[in-house]
Amino acid sequence: MDLKELYQEIILDHGKNPRNKKKCDGFNKDAKGNNPLCGDKIHVFLKLNDEKHVEDISFEGEGCAISIASASIMTEIIKGKDFNVAKKILENFINMLKEGSKPSINSLSDNENTTIMSLSGVKQFPMRVKCATLAWHTFLHAAEDNKKVVNTEK
Amino acid sequence: MDIKEIKSKFPIFTNKVKGKKLVYLDSANSSQKPKVVIDRISNFYSKEFSNVGRSMHSLAVTATNRFEETRDLIKNFINAKFREEIIFTKNATEGINLVATTYGEKFIQDKDEIIITELEHHANYVPWHFLRKRKGAVIKFAECDKQGEVSINSIKQLITNKTKLIAVTHVSNVTGTIMPLSKIIDLAKTKKIPVLIDGCQGAPHIKLDMQKLDCDFYVMSCHKMYGPTGVGILYAKKKWLDELPPYQGGGGMIDEVKKNDISFPESPTKFEAGTLQTAEIVGFAESIRFIENIGIKNITQHEKEITEYGLEKLKKNNSVSIIGDPKERGAIISFTIKGIHPHDIATILDDDGVAIRAGHHCCQILHEKMGIPATARASLGIYNSKEDIDILNESINKCNKVFNN
Ligand SMILES: Cc1ncc(COP(=O)(O)O)c(C=O)c1O
Repeated sequence: MDLKELYQEIILDHGKNPRNKKKCDGFNKDAKGNNPLCGDKIHVFLKLNDEKHVEDISFEGEGCAISIASASIMTEIIKGKDFNVAKKILENFINMLKEGSKPSINSLSDNENTTIMSLSGVKQFPMRVKCATLAWHTFLHAAEDNKKVVNTEK
Repeated sequence: MDIKEIKSKFPIFTNKVKGKKLVYLDSANSSQKPKVVIDRISNFYSKEFSNVGRSMHSLAVTATNRFEETRDLIKNFINAKFREEIIFTKNATEGINLVATTYGEKFIQDKDEIIITELEHHANYVPWHFLRKRKGAVIKFAECDKQGEVSINSIKQLITNKTKLIAVTHVSNVTGTIMPLSKIIDLAKTKKIPVLIDGCQGAPHIKLDMQKLDCDFYVMSCHKMYGPTGVGILYAKKKWLDELPPYQGGGGMIDEVKKNDISFPESPTKFEAGTLQTAEIVGFAESIRFIENIGIKNITQHEKEITEYGLEKLKKNNSVSIIGDPKERGAIISFTIKGIHPHDIATILDDDGVAIRAGHHCCQILHEKMGIPATARASLGIYNSKEDIDILNESINKCNKVFNN
C-alpha cells in the first residue's frame, strides 16, 4: 500500500482545483449523495437532452480530496458522452475500485484513460472506496430521476 | 508510574500496523484491552461458564456469583449507594434509551421540555428525538461557545416549569470539554429537575462518586474503559428504578406470570431482560481491577500531562487548528489541517501506524455549529506517551508533504 499511489498528482490537482464545481446552466436533472459516516456531501447537476446525451454536468459539495477529485474527474469524463456510454464507464470504474479490473472502454481517449486510472490506487484503501464512488452513484440517480438521496451506508 | 510496563500489558501493541509500531490515539472511540481481561473471558468460558441465575447446578452458582461480583465492584468504583442501582445494558447508548423510554413513558407529556446541549453525541440526542416524535416533547439545546464550553447560564435560561429532564455529557468527545456537572446538578436540584449524565468520556478517565455528584442517571460504555464490547452500565438512583416501568420484556425480569397479568421484580432484575453478556460482564471485573491497580487519579494525571504536551506541540504546528479551547479538558484533542480534509489526514496517519478518528464523531449538531463538516481527533488512554504525540506531529507534517502544502 503506497500513499503515492493514492494521492497521485492528478488527484491532488483535481482535489485542490476541482473542475465543474458549480451549478451548471440549464441543468434539468440533479441528485444528492451523502456519506453519513464521514460527512461527505455531494450534489450533482446534469443537463441531459432528448437523445440522452450529457450536454453538461457539474457538482457542488464538500468532502475529502478523494471524493472531490473523483467528482471532478467524473464531470470531465462524462461531459459530452451519451448516457449509455457514461453508464458503461461508471460500471467499469466501480469494478476497477471493487475488483481491481482494468477499465476497458474504447470510447475513452488516452488522456481520459490516464485520468480515470489515477483513481485506481483507491482500491488498496478499502475505507476510501466509498469516497471515490459517491459522485458516480449520485450521477446515476440524477440521470435516472431517482429522487432518493444516495447513502453510502444503506 | 511506568507507562512502558503498563503498555506491555496490552497484547495489541506487540503487533505491527503496516510494518510500523501502533500509535493508538482512538481510545475515545474504544480503548484497547489488557491481557488480564482477555484471559479472564477465555478462562471463564473454559472453566466456569453457564447461564446466570437460572439453574440449580454448581456451575450456575459460580457463574452467578462472578457476574454479581462485577456489579459490586462497579458499585464501589463509582461509589453508588446501593448495588441495585447498577443496571447492565449493552452500551451507554442503550442506557440512555432505557431512560428515555421508561422515564418518557411515565413522566413526559405533550410540550414537556428536555434540555440537552450542542455538544451531545447522537446517543444523547436521538433517544430524546424519539420521545419528541412519540410524546410531543420539546428538545432545547444549550449553546456552546467558541471555546467549546456550555456555560451554566446557557442552561439556566432554558429552564421553565415544563422542564422535565436535563441530559448532558460529562466530557465532550470532540472538544474534550469537561462539563461543570456539580453546578448543573445543583441548579437542577433547586428546580427539582432530574439530571442524566452521558459518562462515556468521563468514566474511563475521571474519579466518579455518585453519592457526591448526586445525579439521577449516569451511563457508561465498558468498551471505552479497558473492558469488553457489548457491556454498558446505567447507574440510576434507586427512587427512579423503583418508580420506572420495565424497559424490555422477557425472561429473567418477571416476578409472576399469569394469563391475565404479569408482575415484575425490583431493580436490577426488572431492567435486565433475557440472557446478558455473561462472560463480558465477568471479564469487566478485571478492567475495574486493572484501573484500580493503577489508580484512576494516576490515570487522570498521566493523561493530563500527555494532553498538555500534545496541545503545546500541535499549537506550535502552524498548519494545525485545534477545535475548542475549554478551560477544563479531558484526554481529547480534535484538530483540522489547513487544506487537507480529515479523512485524508486519517489515511496518511494510518500509513505511519497512527490510529486516529476522522469525521463528525457522531456530533453533527456541534460540527454544524462550528461550521466544519469534519475534524480529526486524537484521544488518549493510559498507554499513550509523549513519544506517541511526537510521532503524531511528524505524521501531520507528512500530510502537508503529501499534499504539497
Ligand atoms: C460522549 C459519548 N456518548 C455516547 C457514546 C456512545 O457509546 P456507545 O456506542 O458505546 O453506546 C460515545 C461513544 O462514542 C460517546 O463518546
